Amino acid sequence: MTANMALQCNCAGMESTDDGEMALFAVNNLHHAYDGQSVLAVDAWQAVQGEHWLLLGPSGSGKTTLLHALAGILRPAGGSIVVAGQDFAALSPSAIDHFRGRHIGIVLQRLHLIASLNVMDNLLLAQYLAGLPQDRRRIAEVLTGLDLAEKAGAKPHELSFGQAQRVAVARAVVNGPRLLLADEPTSNLDDARCVQVLELLQSQARACNATLVIATHDQRIKSRVANQFELGARA
Amino acid sequence: MNIASVSFSYLRARPLGTVLNVLLLALGVATIVLLLLATEQFEERMQRDARGIDLVVGAKGSPLQIILSAIYHLDVPTGNIAYKQAQEIAKHRAVKKVIPLALGDSYQGFRIVGTTQDYVAHYGAKVSAGRLWDKPLEAVLGAEVAARSGHGLGATFSGAHGLGERAGDAHEGHPYVVVGILERSGTVLDRLVLTSHQSVWAVHAEHHDIKDVADIEKQMTDEEKEFTALLVQYASPLAAAILPRYINNNSDMQAAVPAYEIARLFTIVGVGVDVLRGFALVLMFSAGLSVFIALYNALNDRRYDLAVMRTLGAAPGRLLLLLLCEGLLLAAMGAALGLVLGHALAEVLGRALQTAQQVEITGWVWVPAELWVVALALGVGVLAAILPAWRAYRTDIAGTLARG
Repeated sequence: MTANMALQCNCAGMESTDDGEMALFAVNNLHHAYDGQSVLAVDAWQAVQGEHWLLLGPSGSGKTTLLHALAGILRPAGGSIVVAGQDFAALSPSAIDHFRGRHIGIVLQRLHLIASLNVMDNLLLAQYLAGLPQDRRRIAEVLTGLDLAEKAGAKPHELSFGQAQRVAVARAVVNGPRLLLADEPTSNLDDARCVQVLELLQSQARACNATLVIATHDQRIKSRVANQFELGARA
Repeated sequence: MNIASVSFSYLRARPLGTVLNVLLLALGVATIVLLLLATEQFEERMQRDARGIDLVVGAKGSPLQIILSAIYHLDVPTGNIAYKQAQEIAKHRAVKKVIPLALGDSYQGFRIVGTTQDYVAHYGAKVSAGRLWDKPLEAVLGAEVAARSGHGLGATFSGAHGLGERAGDAHEGHPYVVVGILERSGTVLDRLVLTSHQSVWAVHAEHHDIKDVADIEKQMTDEEKEFTALLVQYASPLAAAILPRYINNNSDMQAAVPAYEIARLFTIVGVGVDVLRGFALVLMFSAGLSVFIALYNALNDRRYDLAVMRTLGAAPGRLLLLLLCEGLLLAAMGAALGLVLGHALAEVLGRALQTAQQVEITGWVWVPAELWVVALALGVGVLAAILPAWRAYRTDIAGTLARG
């Protein structure tokens, strides 16, 4: 299954990651402020294609802001972000939207599935909005891989929290992203579930050879991911 | 999966609100469509029956009543005019053709019209069975009369004094015999019983102590002979300037110009139509307001959905389209339902009126102006969606997601 999915994910980009030297993303001198108050400052951070990272820091340290900046959802006040060779500062807003749809998968803390659409349609929407062909077989494969094959026709309110979370992951990886971002995916879960979700994200990221960044303040998963980037508390 | 199907899924997710908005719009559209169909067909029908009749001459009274009674057979006549005066008009040099009418009786609510065969020729009607009348008390039935009464050739019947529901005693002593039935012509003839004016004189001959009606014309003095009205065709356009004034000033008759009286009638009816149209526009406006409120409120429930769609790669313009599409879908459903409803109402109303009046309205026709109504409905939908769509366009995704 995993091999099959890796084949389906066409993650080969313009730069090779084979040598392990090329960065999938690079952040330099990044800073951002709300109402004159600094909320984020990062000197430098970069990650290679396929690496798994934890983005750590106490709440209020700017984890979500940095994640949003990496996703191109938020344009930082200063500094540079380059993802897969694309300098966000050089892209128009709609070009960033397009790039995000194609290459970045996001799992939000509150899952935010579209309540009026069933599971299959939620995933078709992800393909449609990314400007990709709508491929039901690809979606069926992803759902099967996440043990959700029977839930394709279910509405989000008919799912358990665990199922809904897996659907949210499916939606983030269905387009074979090169960068998979997750915001506090484990914060409301018990210990057993917490590990399951972490392993789920890691296996899905591996299946696409995506770089995984998990923003979290959850101490339980700290020991499970080697690469860690820590944001300091801000006054 | 596309913008329209996402829009539709939102409409389906709140069925009650959607049905309410569609229904409101549909009622507005249906009312306007019904008005269009009714007035258009009513006016066309009125024009068709009056075509080629330049002037109607009757006894002194309301000109509108003369037109309604002599052309449309919807009202009682103002009175009768003397045979000699009628002859004078027929011979006037400004007159090309005169069709005399002798009215007074009806059969099963259909008026019996004593006239000449020119009357049938004027409307270009054809005989579908039998022949036209020759002798007094021979009658030709209009298509509708034949269908409703079930009478065929050779049937006999007696007229009743008066018209419509209030028709009085039957003239049992002088039964008519059906000698012909007219093809349906879509004119007033369909609902008339036609006979010679001598027949009408004969039926009322008791007043003159005449027993044998076969040669009634010779037995009556000119003073005893009366017509009810004359349908006049001018010899030249110039006659319009001379003849009405000549008649109104120099005789105790009244000349009524159909074109003018119909226009007057339409302005009277038009007030009611305008009120109804205003009512329909108010309905459309409230439908637009309701759509606006629904979409605007939905924005609050949906701000995360909108933000999520942005994270999935949707440019802000997509969200704008999504909301516009939703307004447009509501409007399109409302317009479609309204068209069906309007036509169905016109058909039902037409059938209900058919038994009471000579107005034939059907829902099975299409008026070009309905396209404007559809355009208006779609416009209302888009207009109602513009502000919500603009707010969706401006959604601050990072801020929304950070809060949620």
